Amino acid sequence: MTTRLTPSRRAVVGGIAATTLAAPYVRAQAGAVKIGFSISKTGPNAGGANVTTLPNYQLWLKETNDAGGLKLPGGQRRMVEFVEYDDRSQSEEAVRNIERLVNQDKVDLLFPPWGTAMNLAVAPSFNRGGFPHLASTFFVERQPELVQRWNNMFLFLDRPSTAITALTDLLATLKDKGLGNTVALASVQDQFGLELVSAARAGIAKAGFQVVMDRQYPPGTQDLAPIISEAVRLKPDMFLAFSYPPDTLALTEQARIGGLNPKVFYTAVGTAFPLYKQRFGANAEGVMGIGGVDVTNPKIRDYIARHNRIVGREPDRWASTTTYSTLEVLSQAIERVGLDKAAIIKDIGANSFETILGTIKFDKNQRVDQWWVGQWQQGEFVALAPTKVGGTKAPVFPKPAWPTA
Amino acid sequence: MFLVDVILSGLILGGIYALVAMGLSLQYGVARIMNLAYGEFTIAGSFAAYLLFSASGLSPILALAVAMPLSFALNWFIYRLLMTPLVRRAKSPGALEVDSILATFGLLFVVQGIMLVVFGGSYVSYSYLAVPVDIIGSTVALNRLLAAGIAVAIALGLTLFLMRTRIGTAVRAVSVNPAAAPLVGIDTTTYAAFAFALGGALVAGSGVLVSMFLTFNAAMGVVFTMKALIVVIMGGVGNIFGALVAGLILGLAEALTAAFLDSGLTLAVNFALFLGILLVKPTGLFGKAAR
Repeated sequence: MTTRLTPSRRAVVGGIAATTLAAPYVRAQAGAVKIGFSISKTGPNAGGANVTTLPNYQLWLKETNDAGGLKLPGGQRRMVEFVEYDDRSQSEEAVRNIERLVNQDKVDLLFPPWGTAMNLAVAPSFNRGGFPHLASTFFVERQPELVQRWNNMFLFLDRPSTAITALTDLLATLKDKGLGNTVALASVQDQFGLELVSAARAGIAKAGFQVVMDRQYPPGTQDLAPIISEAVRLKPDMFLAFSYPPDTLALTEQARIGGLNPKVFYTAVGTAFPLYKQRFGANAEGVMGIGGVDVTNPKIRDYIARHNRIVGREPDRWASTTTYSTLEVLSQAIERVGLDKAAIIKDIGANSFETILGTIKFDKNQRVDQWWVGQWQQGEFVALAPTKVGGTKAPVFPKPAWPTA
Repeated sequence: MFLVDVILSGLILGGIYALVAMGLSLQYGVARIMNLAYGEFTIAGSFAAYLLFSASGLSPILALAVAMPLSFALNWFIYRLLMTPLVRRAKSPGALEVDSILATFGLLFVVQGIMLVVFGGSYVSYSYLAVPVDIIGSTVALNRLLAAGIAVAIALGLTLFLMRTRIGTAVRAVSVNPAAAPLVGIDTTTYAAFAFALGGALVAGSGVLVSMFLTFNAAMGVVFTMKALIVVIMGGVGNIFGALVAGLILGLAEALTAAFLDSGLTLAVNFALFLGILLVKPTGLFGKAAR
């Protein structure tokens, strides 16, 4: 047996965290609320986690503690401290982290990781410990079955088919305005792209459109010239891509260079990122994408300003706002019922919550009524559909041709 | 012009693959360091270009003049400080390979960690020379064309340098037989350090060039390491011209697959091609006979 003389990585990280948190920690020592999470700080998921999840956790922590702590029933406040681990984008690691947070660190509450696969991987552990699981970056078709099995799970995003219905319903309304009926589809070959594109094929057929191109590409592909050249030759009326951030940017760039000018240009994740606007500037005008917010809502404007001030950059207009709303829901439930996990779960399922995204309520643990299609309009990513949610704008149609550089 | 489109986009993509791989060919082929932190240095080059471009509006082409010498110096020090002890104690080329893999695996986390602390994990992207160019009726992006063109120029220039100059001949001697090179008065350690540093300059240069059109983040290095490794092994370790040919073959195969089969199969076809070539020629297209 040899003794390990080197401190473990956890000890080092913990030490650093303890030092940086020292000031609030001392004040809150008597009874800080421990919240744990496992997040992808490195690996392929780091890009997504660092845009949508981690900044919002940090924002919430700072705001909560600056206000004197987390509000509990009876007006009492307790400071919050985070226990966080990197899962290196590996689901086994995420599960180990959660088990450690529950059994060793004895956290009071857990925040979810980033991404569908990660949330799915840790869901059994959340459930076993009876922790409320407020998933904001989780998106699968079989959600109704999942929440039956895990009633502690609340799904802030609806299903892919709902997202597609919102999109195809919107496109159908544009038929009268001169939208033709040919569609070119491109999708990333993983669970996200596959679920969306299969829902899209059905939705497009139902809306009476015709698919003239249906291409898929492996995740991580940024060389999409072949797909765009094919679309340029086919001159579709609509170009719909179910893509991830790097390929969203690559498709847009290539479409601009190749002169692909459909009446509707839609790319999925990443379109709502501030990075998109920064990269394409005025070229972004009229591009549709997944997400969108009601920019006239003062709460959203205030949230964007706070995010900008505290995190140092703007939030994205889909998953960031959704993630922040999960924290608002959780805080409001705690304010009503305290830190009893079962009571929190019951409270979230039964009540409605005022958040930056408007009123959030759940039907069988699934959030109903949310924006699915957004569009860049004069430098803002506004919500277009579904219109029944309210706060939507009329689409810019047809999309203006890419300005020549 | 369907076929022109396909071939042109394939050649450009292939040129970019070759560009990303050439530095590794030198580091692995001559200095015999299997550098697992290679992709991290690509990303570091990309971040350098992004910083210079967004902070002072410096063109990425001019950023090459900053990033490449800097990376040359840095990689020289890495070789002298970290790798030379490994080279000294290694009893066989195989042992050095294992040791260097372990050492550079550690280096990977150091470099990645520094970038994560400095830049965070978010995606970074900027636009430079993203203008269409018309070549025989086919439209391509100027920045990609430029990167591929520079790759061809570097490959040809380096091949000439290695074949025609005294230093180049010495470098090749170290590559072919590091044990015998000292017998003819070649200082193996210095030339290996030179090759490693030159590879380092190339990797930073490729990072600068690809940042003009690729979206990247601090965690993406491994993607480049993998691509470079495939190109280098397929082309023949240590052979710059081989890396160019292998890169072009992979790029063309990818474009042809996307056009005539299915764009979802591009990776599968690339790996099948890689395996096929290794079965027929285990040391790669232009590799030396097995040692």
